[in-house]
Amino acid sequence: MAAAMIRIANGQGFWGDSVDAPVRLVREGPLDYLTLDYLAEVTMSIMQKLKRRDETGRSGYAIDFVDLIRRILPDLVEKEIRVVANAGGVNPGACLKAVAGVAKEAGASGMKIGMVQGDDILDRLDAILSEGVTLANMDDGRPLSEIRDRVLAANVYLSSFPIAQALDLGARIVLTGRGTDPGLVVGPLIHEFRWGKEDWDRLAAGTVAGHIVECGAQCTGGNFSRWWEVEGWDHLGYPIVEAEPDGSFVITKHAGTGGMVTEDTVAEQLVYEMGNPGRYITPDVIADFTSVRLSQQGTDRVAVAGVQGRPATDTYKVSISYLAGYSAVGQLTVSGPQALEKARVAAEALWGRLRRAGLTFDETYTEFVGAGACHGAIAPPDSPPVEVVMRLGVKERDAKKVDRFGKEIAPLVTSGPPGITGFAGGRPRATEVIAFWPALIPKGLVIPQVRVEEVA
Amino acid sequence: MKTLPLYRLAHARSGDKGDGSNVGLIAYDDRGFEILRREVTAEAVKKHFGDIVRGVVDRYEVPNLRALNFILHDSLGGGGIARLRTDAQGKTHGMGLLLMEIQVPDDYVPPAVGRAGPAYPGVARR
Repeated sequence: MAAAMIRIANGQGFWGDSVDAPVRLVREGPLDYLTLDYLAEVTMSIMQKLKRRDETGRSGYAIDFVDLIRRILPDLVEKEIRVVANAGGVNPGACLKAVAGVAKEAGASGMKIGMVQGDDILDRLDAILSEGVTLANMDDGRPLSEIRDRVLAANVYLSSFPIAQALDLGARIVLTGRGTDPGLVVGPLIHEFRWGKEDWDRLAAGTVAGHIVECGAQCTGGNFSRWWEVEGWDHLGYPIVEAEPDGSFVITKHAGTGGMVTEDTVAEQLVYEMGNPGRYITPDVIADFTSVRLSQQGTDRVAVAGVQGRPATDTYKVSISYLAGYSAVGQLTVSGPQALEKARVAAEALWGRLRRAGLTFDETYTEFVGAGACHGAIAPPDSPPVEVVMRLGVKERDAKKVDRFGKEIAPLVTSGPPGITGFAGGRPRATEVIAFWPALIPKGLVIPQVRVEEVA
Repeated sequence: MKTLPLYRLAHARSGDKGDGSNVGLIAYDDRGFEILRREVTAEAVKKHFGDIVRGVVDRYEVPNLRALNFILHDSLGGGGIARLRTDAQGKTHGMGLLLMEIQVPDDYVPPAVGRAGPAYPGVARR
């Protein structure tokens, strides 16, 4: 028999989000599932690099997750809360091993931990290309061969069904590599309510639920336009989906936490990163965001219903990252009378000095924070700023030239106009520029694998 | 007709979308949404953002949320330089759109939303 209402929370919107939010979610109120989203496109390439450098094979996943499990494992066991996280990164096996080690230390022997693999196609790229799949860039149609030798990571956005399968096999913690962000919520819904692969409306509803909570506090008052209405910023509640088997759900947060859940806070998150609202494409379904109906049902409770979905496409999206040169950025603060004019003189001095030293760059960048860096001509200030932050950057194929640029910033403090300060943290150094190459791959070429292990 | 800044009629959120960004603009009431549909065209948004948006602007309607969704193509500075900018992800574009001023019928009174005016104290009145 299908279960009654279940509560699924998201306690991490990105790798670097609040370390306490997931702990508070399991302690401050009832919960069935805790989901955690650690992966952005750039994260995959960083993890791939860490994995390559570490000969012991123990790197390439979100290590924060292991520390988190150490903190909350007693709560998870006592309250029977399951965890679904994409903490596996590009090395889910190593992540599983580390989590199993922590569970064993805590005396949780017999606990099942699952993982989903098969998203990482970096080692299979040439085989896939030789089968005639071009992995052409979705934006401009160029074939992957143009950047093949610079590829750092290649991961397929897998569907939510392998997550559900791991839960079916009894996993209390499920680790994945790349999947869709909403899929962390859709997986548990498929498992609990026995949804099928063609339950398009329900899969679309789950996708909408996952989309609303995937950025953590962004639907509970964080980033809300009417920020002056938000109370309790120091203990903002993270979002919880109360899901029903028919696909309807309520967005809420634990009682007593800060923030707010209203039709307006939820609507703002629905339009976040939205493309064509009628076609939100995931590997599970095409969700129609123009069918979503919101209604306030009491304080901090918004009901969501009416979601419609259409059949999924026959391809997966692949996120490929590649090395596109080097960059560095440095900044100084310019204060006092004529701050902006002095900052302009200082910036021109720096670029002129580099030219005289015989250096040119593929791209350069100059901006003045406090004088239109974000809004440009949209919002001219009504009085001249008495202080601005000057930010200067370069992008270039040759890392040595980038490092040379980094040495030119500090001298401005003593050899530029007066009132320049804020040179801290040393000379900026060249860092890799990672670019992204979105592509499609036929679903038949990717085989997700599910493994569940018991803690010894 | 009278002139009002968009933040009196609507709220917004933005984020990155490939080499550009999207801005979701949500009206506070049904009449406000009709005004947005008429006044906040893709062309008007492109003009408002000036140099910030180098590509075209696409507009989608999301009437169930009283929202318009704008895709601002090539609005992050382009090429590899995008990541160096303070706003590398277009997160400020929503606030930037709310500063746009539009023509509103004299008898339209937007819902009171508290301190909408003082929220932008540094902006020159035009």
